[in-house]
Amino acid sequence: MVITGNLYLDLVLMTLLKFAGFVLVFVMGVATVLTWLERKYSAVIQDRIGPNRANIGRFRLGGLFHMLADPIKMLTKEDFTPDTPNPWMFRLAPLLAFVPALVVFAVIPFGPGDNFQISNSELGILFIFAIASLNVYGSVMGAWASNNKWSLMGGLRISAQMISYEVAIGLALCGIFMIYGSVDLQEIVRNQGELLWGFVPAWGIFLQPVAFVLYLTCAIAENKRAPFDVAEAESELAAGYWTEYSSMAFALFALAEFIEIVLIGCVGATLFLGGWQIPGVTGTSPGIVVAQIAAFLAKTIFLIWLQMTIRWTLPRFRYDQVMRLGWRILLPASLVNLVVTGVVLALIDRSR
Amino acid sequence: MLPSATEAMRKLAEPAGDRMIINMGPSHPAMHGTVKMVLTLDGETVEDVDIHVGYLHRGFEKMSEQGTWQQVLPYTDRLNYVSPLINNVGYVGAIEALWGVEITPRCKYVRMIASELSRLTDHLTSIAAGALELGGFTPFLFGLEAREVLYTLVEELSGARLTTSYTRIGGLAADLPPDYEAHLRAALVKVDTLMVKVDKLLTKNRIFYDRMIATGVLSPEDAISSGCTGIMLRSAGVDWDLRKHEPYLAYDEVDFDVIVGATGDNYDRYLCRMEEIHQSVRIIDQCFKQMPDGPVNVADWRVSMPPKDKVYNSIEGMIAHFKLVTDGHQVPAGEAYYAVEGGNGELGFYILSAGVGRPWKVHVRAPCFYAMGILKKLICGHMLADIVPTFDTLNMIGGEVDR
Repeated sequence: MVITGNLYLDLVLMTLLKFAGFVLVFVMGVATVLTWLERKYSAVIQDRIGPNRANIGRFRLGGLFHMLADPIKMLTKEDFTPDTPNPWMFRLAPLLAFVPALVVFAVIPFGPGDNFQISNSELGILFIFAIASLNVYGSVMGAWASNNKWSLMGGLRISAQMISYEVAIGLALCGIFMIYGSVDLQEIVRNQGELLWGFVPAWGIFLQPVAFVLYLTCAIAENKRAPFDVAEAESELAAGYWTEYSSMAFALFALAEFIEIVLIGCVGATLFLGGWQIPGVTGTSPGIVVAQIAAFLAKTIFLIWLQMTIRWTLPRFRYDQVMRLGWRILLPASLVNLVVTGVVLALIDRSR
Repeated sequence: MLPSATEAMRKLAEPAGDRMIINMGPSHPAMHGTVKMVLTLDGETVEDVDIHVGYLHRGFEKMSEQGTWQQVLPYTDRLNYVSPLINNVGYVGAIEALWGVEITPRCKYVRMIASELSRLTDHLTSIAAGALELGGFTPFLFGLEAREVLYTLVEELSGARLTTSYTRIGGLAADLPPDYEAHLRAALVKVDTLMVKVDKLLTKNRIFYDRMIATGVLSPEDAISSGCTGIMLRSAGVDWDLRKHEPYLAYDEVDFDVIVGATGDNYDRYLCRMEEIHQSVRIIDQCFKQMPDGPVNVADWRVSMPPKDKVYNSIEGMIAHFKLVTDGHQVPAGEAYYAVEGGNGELGFYILSAGVGRPWKVHVRAPCFYAMGILKKLICGHMLADIVPTFDTLNMIGGEVDR
């Protein structure tokens, strides 16, 4: 394809527009709100009031300004660098954790058609796997470069944990690829628009319920949040791999975690909850498109809510129990799920 | 320098080979800011540990020799600061035992109610903090909310939430406030609903169970030989509770069960605490039913303070008050050991009097100090993460251990 000047400009402008609309407004917006919402929601669970002090003049809005106050505080705090032989590694680590978390949103289809996907890559979910697993380097490098034994132990735990769960999550999602016959996310979402027996939407969660549970478990584990937060277990390892980080460097790690919550929500909604599909609604009129985008965002927010509820309900695993769960339970379960899916698909194929 | 400290220094100076030597505490979230552990780790497994206590040492026992008998009482609030009322009861009990003072029947029951109230706050704290240290912030706050409810009742009783100083030699600072029974019963209902939530969140939670079971196992032999008492001893399967086996106050007149565990691991200790909460509620309930009316202070003005109207309106009352305040209680020379069942075990006060109006020597047998002695055995060979629940169910209270 020859790209003329005009088309090139269109591509760049469109990409920038989509990036701004989806990543900057929705993803970053939700991640920022999450920093406040997590405290507020945990307060609801725990019969507390939660943060409500930050204000502008007489306006408090239930403490919503905390999400403004936090970055201001973070930016003005001393940015401490420990006595380490690898200061540049120490500085690079938060970026390595932060950037991949944002990049993966490039292939998430947040609405019908190419216009609502930043990059319509055929690699789809493979791209997400490839990039998302990069952020383990951020945590491990940060842990190593901190020159602190507690950080190092956090880093060791995290590398083992993330690699183990990477295997299980990949296998768990293979069932989805087999059913919808593609790794292209837009294609997968389109295939979820059908109805089974006339009333059940052909969503991943109905066709692959086991895979959904496995996906959510592994994804939370990869995001190293409770109950899988062994890498930063504050009562065991002080603060784990980010013990030595302060100021905005710490905030980048923390924000990367919140962005990953959104990512888990987006990928989960795309693969298991039918993405932007609304059951029984088809068409390309602007009203429907807007409704479909809203449906996708709503599904994402539902999964975010689910993650937060899990986070504030369960205590923490022990490190060896996390590994045992990953290798002895989740991995065999995803393999069995894969085999069963394969057999059922083969039988359906034969009966046709 | 203490031998253990020198040894630790030497170990730190030596190259560790493939072992990692790491300093846990005193500024570590799990160490309460009062304990330091020098760990030798093989991967995540604890090979050796050197436990240092004493970061909260305030010289309680020496301070006690400086004031009158009554002036020592506020110091006892700061021993086990989670259950100060039991400390108050124990300290004045020791003086009364030495002096041969028989307190009034009503006073006995009020002291029992106060003790059980404190035992509840102690157990609630231990359970809640245990959940927190295992990453369960929600059960922690439910537990602490229950404790807050009870602290309000403690405040109603003594005027303070933590620094209670509720007892007096020969009696109490004050009788129960009006309507106290109704308030306490309402509070206990609230505590019960909160504890049901905690129970649902923790007891059968697979993650919590896996973390607690088979960690920090204490054998009955070790428990006895190291001097462990209270929950530590009972969870190991030894049926021993001072309230039952060496009854003081009026514990022989109320009906309750001694909760005995089977395996002596962290999960057992957790279950024992949960069950003892119910037993304490039972005791409080019976205390209110059986409590007689009457005075709470003994009539002898050499032992307990004369009532205020006598102080202001009669010469005898004023002189008695003056002598008690300036000279202190004239406890006869001699020694006594008096032990009560504290939140963590046998809380003993050994006092020595020279008959001079102030203590010659006060020694506290702090229950968790003995548990700290056996801690090394409980955590060696387990994983680093197991230190956290073990250290918690031991319920080390810095104020009591370091004094």
